[in-house]
Amino acid sequence: MDRYGMQNQIACIRSLFDQGYLDEQFIQLEELQDDANPNFVQEIVTLFYTDSTRLIQNIELTLNSRPINFSKLDDYMHQFKGSSSSIGAKKVTSECAVFRQYCAAGNAEAYIKQEHAILRKKLEFYFQMMGQAAVAQTT
Amino acid sequence: MNVSSVKGSMSISSSTSTWKAGDTISDQFPAGLRVLVVDDDPTCLMILEKMLIACLYKVTKCNRAETALSKLRENKNGYDIVLSDVHMPDMDGFKLLEHIGLEMDLPVIMMSADDGKQVVMKGVTHGACDYLIKPVRIEALKNIWQHVVRKRKNEWKEFEQSGSVEEGDRQPKQSDDADYSSSANEGNWKGSKKRKDEEEETDERDDTSTLKKPRVVWSVELHQQFVAAVNQLGIDTVPKKILELMNVPGLTRENVASHLQKYRLYLRRLSGVSQHQSNLSTIISAQDPTFGSLSSLSGLDLQTLAATGQLPAQSLARLQAAGLGRATAKSGIPITLVDQRNIFSFENPKLRFGEGQQQHMTNKQQVNLLHGIPTTMEPKQLVSLRHAAQSIGNMNMQVPPHGAQSSQNNPLLMQMGQQQQQQQQSRGQILVDSTINHAPRLSSSMGQPILSNGIATNVSSRNGIPENIRAPGYSQTPSMLNFPMNHASELPGNSFALGSTPGVSILTSKGAFQEDVNSEIKGSGGLMPSYDVFNDLDQHKPQSWELQNVGMAFDTSQHSNSLQGNLDLTQSALGQQGFSSGQMNGHNRSAAVASKAMFSTGDVKELGSAQNVNQHLNNLLVDNTIRVKSERVCDTSPANIFPDHFGQDDLMSALLKQQESVASSENEFDFDGYSMNNIPV
Repeated sequence: MDRYGMQNQIACIRSLFDQGYLDEQFIQLEELQDDANPNFVQEIVTLFYTDSTRLIQNIELTLNSRPINFSKLDDYMHQFKGSSSSIGAKKVTSECAVFRQYCAAGNAEAYIKQEHAILRKKLEFYFQMMGQAAVAQTT
Repeated sequence: MNVSSVKGSMSISSSTSTWKAGDTISDQFPAGLRVLVVDDDPTCLMILEKMLIACLYKVTKCNRAETALSKLRENKNGYDIVLSDVHMPDMDGFKLLEHIGLEMDLPVIMMSADDGKQVVMKGVTHGACDYLIKPVRIEALKNIWQHVVRKRKNEWKEFEQSGSVEEGDRQPKQSDDADYSSSANEGNWKGSKKRKDEEEETDERDDTSTLKKPRVVWSVELHQQFVAAVNQLGIDTVPKKILELMNVPGLTRENVASHLQKYRLYLRRLSGVSQHQSNLSTIISAQDPTFGSLSSLSGLDLQTLAATGQLPAQSLARLQAAGLGRATAKSGIPITLVDQRNIFSFENPKLRFGEGQQQHMTNKQQVNLLHGIPTTMEPKQLVSLRHAAQSIGNMNMQVPPHGAQSSQNNPLLMQMGQQQQQQQQSRGQILVDSTINHAPRLSSSMGQPILSNGIATNVSSRNGIPENIRAPGYSQTPSMLNFPMNHASELPGNSFALGSTPGVSILTSKGAFQEDVNSEIKGSGGLMPSYDVFNDLDQHKPQSWELQNVGMAFDTSQHSNSLQGNLDLTQSALGQQGFSSGQMNGHNRSAAVASKAMFSTGDVKELGSAQNVNQHLNNLLVDNTIRVKSERVCDTSPANIFPDHFGQDDLMSALLKQQESVASSENEFDFDGYSMNNIPV
């Protein structure tokens, strides 16, 4: 059982890396975890999730308001990008960057909304994976 | 970390321990380094804390800048280094950086997910020791202790040299030259410090070598006293006099010397140009609106202009000579040039230097303004300019703070600025400062001078300009004033900074401006002559000049009131890139835009009057309305000038507005569209 559990864990994490969801930063976080803070990674991920959910809500609000406040949106995305890059969420970070470019270009709302929706979906999926990873880590 | 030794005491303890960090923890150093980390993102904050603990540092975290500041204030010597995020909701990271630098003089490292060159440059100009890109890796954090050590070492050296500061005050000027040629950034003050090292009195060294540098914390009140003293004595004063004037028990000359050095650096940074330059610009700007454009002709402008093909060969050559002198010296110039190029590209059509030159002050375009600015400034003017520049320099120091910062040391600076406001010079400085905000100092300084006096000064004064340009490095040497601005001479450095582009115009500038300028300049004569001159000039010239100056002097915007938008625009443009100066009307805008909201509209007004800008603008506007309404000066409401952060945005808008009014017809300024607000930091 143990072996399988470990294998699963490894497979799970590897998949995240392979798919480009996680990057080296995450490894750094893992290295920070030690006996004194056995749940460090999990704590961080949870914190990130909470924080980013709030951020996404704000982003949605901004997107829904008319006219769209692009600078605010840009701010949010910047924040989001900072957070996600800190935990090693590579894909999310790059999506944020792309999103910001669109914001800067002031593209059509629809487009942005669409992008945002995509981002959100990815993010949710990502969170799921992260959750799994975190759990797998601690087990 | 020699906290233990200097805890709160200003007296020099004759401990024999080295100045190195922490006599008590030297063994374990860098372990135990006391780090304060500020970030509004809880995830990042937690990760950083964990990493720092892993590096064996002692970590204190806060998620708000205000909290961080209050923590630092209540425990002055409780921290060794600060890590701060750039984007925070309650206070801009750069503002926090400045506060800390001035009040506590701790090394500050900025962090951000934003790795854009502009932002990083901003960090550098605001005095950050380092700039980390998120995600921050633990390896990067492992080395932050080097900044603590380096800072202590530099302070110690300052301390040692403080004795020779008086004598060494002149040396920096010379060394500035050297610095100028060697490095193009504010590091040149370090160069001057190096010179001081070489020339420092041995006795001073003896006295201080065994003394442990006491850690003096410059509280807000103390700093205010300091600023008041500096205002009274002039920025080029010596620490001894400041110390006497301040009359604070326990404060040593060394403390004052090191603080003065930082302060000068700070002001320089604010204006984006060295004080010299700002001096020039202010002088220039004050002098003659026509010059405004000219003054901005700083070498950079010239080059830029040349680049754009607008500059006529001859003017270009001339300008280049002037500008190059500066440019080569400083690496920063290239940047400016580039920026200027950008500006020019906007304004190419406007610039038409070739034609502009001949016609000074045609309204047609801002470029004309530039042209209009008499390029050949008479020597006398130059001289007067020098004087002016010096005075301006001083003023700039004061002014910029307020222009640029809007909040932080505003009260302090404002005082200073206000004093100077009267003098256009200061405005010019502001302009310079403001414009410089983000652009490399050089550029701004370069541009400014040009603007301010109309390019004429720059052009002719090429010699002067180079000096000015160096200003960043020099920051203190009034010599900057030597701006080439022959006539504009009065214009303090500022003008040249802005004016860089107008270079061309300087050549041609003629007529009205020149006359005005000349008269003005000559008048200036005294230290603050530039300011005075400008004032006069302002009157003569409509705001156009002011605008120009304004651009430059956004910082100084206080004065600018008059210039309004035009100036702002120009200034902003100038500020950023050393403005090609003339563009005042049209250019201003672009410049402004380019410069990125350096100027706040509100300020613009003031700046406009400020000197350099006005001058340029005047040239252009002469026919127009630019009449900067405000009379630059003194409006003093310096504080208002720049809102917040550098107020550039406001300045810009102000400029824009001014321009619009001035240009009478032009609505080219649709700066509003540009408003710097959109410029993401």
